[in-house]
Amino acid sequence: MTELGLYAVVAVLVIPAASAALLALLPDDRTTARLNALAAFLTFTAAALLFVARPVPGRYLIVDDLNVAFIVLSTFVGFTTAVFSGSYIAHELESGRLTPLYLRFYHAMYQTLMFGMNLALLSNNVGLMWVAVELSTLTTVLMVGIYRTPAALEAAWKYFLLGSVGIALALFGTILVYLSAHEVVGEGLDAMAWNVLVRKAPDFDPALLNLSFVFLLLGYGTKVGLVPLHAWLPDAHAEGPTPISAVLSGLLLNVALFAVLRFKSVMSANAAALAPGPLMVSLGLLSVVFASFMLYRRQDIKRMFAYSSIEHMGIVTFAFGMGGPLANFAGLLHMTLHSLTKSAIFFCVGHIAQVKGTQHMPDIRGLTMSHPALGWGLAFGVVAIAGLPPMGLFMTEFLIVTTTFARHPALAVVLGASLLVALGALLLRLNDLAFGDPVGRSEPARASFLPVVAHFALVMAAGIWLPPELVAWFTHVATILS
Amino acid sequence: MERIALDVAHLFAGGLVLVSFMLLYQDRMTGLVNTFALHALVVSLSVAWQAHIQLAPHLYITAAIALAVKAFVIPLALHRIIVRLGIHRAIEPVVGIGQTMLAGIGLVALSIMVMLPITARAGTLAREDLAFALSVVLLGLLMMISRRNAVGQVIGFMSIENGLILAATGAKGMPLVVEISVAFSILVALIVIGVFLFRIRERFESVDIHSLHEHRGERP
Repeated sequence: MTELGLYAVVAVLVIPAASAALLALLPDDRTTARLNALAAFLTFTAAALLFVARPVPGRYLIVDDLNVAFIVLSTFVGFTTAVFSGSYIAHELESGRLTPLYLRFYHAMYQTLMFGMNLALLSNNVGLMWVAVELSTLTTVLMVGIYRTPAALEAAWKYFLLGSVGIALALFGTILVYLSAHEVVGEGLDAMAWNVLVRKAPDFDPALLNLSFVFLLLGYGTKVGLVPLHAWLPDAHAEGPTPISAVLSGLLLNVALFAVLRFKSVMSANAAALAPGPLMVSLGLLSVVFASFMLYRRQDIKRMFAYSSIEHMGIVTFAFGMGGPLANFAGLLHMTLHSLTKSAIFFCVGHIAQVKGTQHMPDIRGLTMSHPALGWGLAFGVVAIAGLPPMGLFMTEFLIVTTTFARHPALAVVLGASLLVALGALLLRLNDLAFGDPVGRSEPARASFLPVVAHFALVMAAGIWLPPELVAWFTHVATILS
Repeated sequence: MERIALDVAHLFAGGLVLVSFMLLYQDRMTGLVNTFALHALVVSLSVAWQAHIQLAPHLYITAAIALAVKAFVIPLALHRIIVRLGIHRAIEPVVGIGQTMLAGIGLVALSIMVMLPITARAGTLAREDLAFALSVVLLGLLMMISRRNAVGQVIGFMSIENGLILAATGAKGMPLVVEISVAFSILVALIVIGVFLFRIRERFESVDIHSLHEHRGERP
C-alpha cells in the first residue's frame, strides 16, 4: 500500500515536470495540445491513487487527509482545462494571436505550473512550499503576459510586483515560524516540517507565532486575492489566455488558501497565540462586500468573473475563519464547487470571447440565440456561481450564512446582504449577455463541451445528492481543521 | 571573541539599514544602481560573517550568489538598460525626499519596537538581526511605493530580498536557505529580464509605470 502511494506521489510530481521538458522540446503541431491533456490526465490518475494508497510522511513530502482532497481537485481541473485549452489554443493559432513558438512555451509553462502547484500541496516543509508557490507565481506571470499587448504587459507587471511582494512577506513569516519552532524542535529540517510543527506547536513562543501569522496571512493572502491585496487579480484574469484564467481562479487561489490553512492549524494548536479566526473573518468579509459591489460596474466579461472569484475566495476565507466543523465543512465544499463552476464558466467565456471577437460586455448580446450551447452553458454557470438552488453552491452558502447566524448574527447579515448584491449584479449582466437580440460579429463555435458538461454535472450533482462517502470525507477533514 | 562576533554581525546588519536609507534619497538612476550594488555587497559580507560564526559553510554559497548576481551582474545589466533607454535622471519620487526619509525613520523605530520584545526568548544574534532585517524589508516596501519608475521599483524589491536573506541567515541553522536564495535570485533575474524583454520603453515610450495605467482594459 505505502509503496504504491510513494509511486503515486512521485508520479504526481514527475509527470508534469517531465512533460514540461518534453513539450518545450517538441516542435509545434496539433499533437502537443493532446500530449498536454494526456500528461494532465495521467497526473490526475496518479493523484486519484493517493485516495487508496498513501505513503508514510517523508521529510519533504507528505500526503494527509487535508491535502489529498486539494490535490485530486487540482489535478482534475488541470486535466479538464488542458482539454479545453486544446480547442481554445487551436483558434488562437488560426487567428494569429499566438505564434507556434509561443504555443510551445505556453504548453511547457502549463505543465510547470501543474508541477509547482502539486509540489506546494504535497510539501511537508514550509520552505519547500514557499519555493513551489513562487514557482507557480512566476509561470503564471509569464503566461499572463503571453499576448504581449500593452494591457497584457501591464497585467503581467502588476501581478509580478504585487505577487513578488506577497511572497516576500510570506517568506519573512516562514522565517519567523522556523525561529519560533527551532527553540522547541531543535535546528534542522524538522523545525520546518508540517507534521512536526502541528504536533509541537503548543510549546512554541506565542509572540513570534503571532507576528509570523500576520506576515503569512498578508503574504499568501495576496495570492488568494483578498481585499485590499487583490489589485493584480482582475487584470491577470482579463488579459491572459482564458485557460490560464480558469487555472488561476480554479486552482492557484486554492493553493494559496491551502498555505494559509496549514499555518492556521499551527496557530490554533497553540493556546496562548492569537486566534487566527477573526483576522481571516475580517479579510474574507471585506473581500465579499467589496467584490460584490465591484461586480456592477464591470464592462469586461473576464474581469467580472475575476471579481466574482475574489468574492468567493472571500466567502471561503470567511468560513474557515469562523471555524468549527460545520463552517469548515461548508468552506471546503464551497471551495471545491467554486473551482469547478468558475473554471467551467471561464471555458464558456473563452469560447464566447473567441466567437464574438471581444470581451467587452455591451458588444455581447443574445448568446442563447446565436450560440445556444455557449449561451445556455454560461447561463447555467452564472446561476450556479450566483448561489441559486438547486446547485451545490447554494447549499454551501446557505450553510455558511446559517452557521454564522447562530454565532455572530451581525456578520451573517452583512454576508447575506453582499451575497444578494452579487446575485443581483450577476443576473443583471446575464440577462444582457444571454438573452435579447444578438449583436456584433458572430462566428460558429468550435468548442469542446466535454469539460464544461463534466464540471456542471458535478456541481449539479453536489447540490442534489452528495454521496455519503464524500460527506463523511469532508466532515472528517473539517473536523481535523477545527 | 563571542562579543566581537556579535558586534561585527550587528555592524553589517546595521550597515544594511543605513544603505537602505541611502537608496531612499538617490535622485539619479546611476547613483541608485550603484547604491544598490553596495547594498548587495553589505548583505553578502553579512552572510559570509554569519557563515563564519555559525560554522555553517553552506551559507558561503548564499553569500557568493548574492555577491556575484546582485552586486555585479544585475547592476551591470541595469546600467546597460539605463543607457539603452536613456533614463539617466528619470527619477520622480511620488512624495518629497524629506517626507520619505521621515517615514523611513518611523518604520525602523516600528520594527525595533515590534521585534525586540517579541524575540526576547530567541538568541541575541537572531534578535537584533531580525529587527534590522524587518527594517530593511519595510524600507524596501517604502521605496517601492515612493517610486513611479519601473527600475526604481525593481531595486526596491531587490532590497526587500536582501533583508529577507539577512533574516534567514540570522535564524540559526535554518535549512533550505541556499535553495531559497537561489529561487529568489531566479525571481530577481526574471524581473530584470522582464523590464528588458517586455521593453516597457518601446511599448510605452517611457519606463514610468504611470503610463501603464492607461491600459486598464476597462474602457467604458
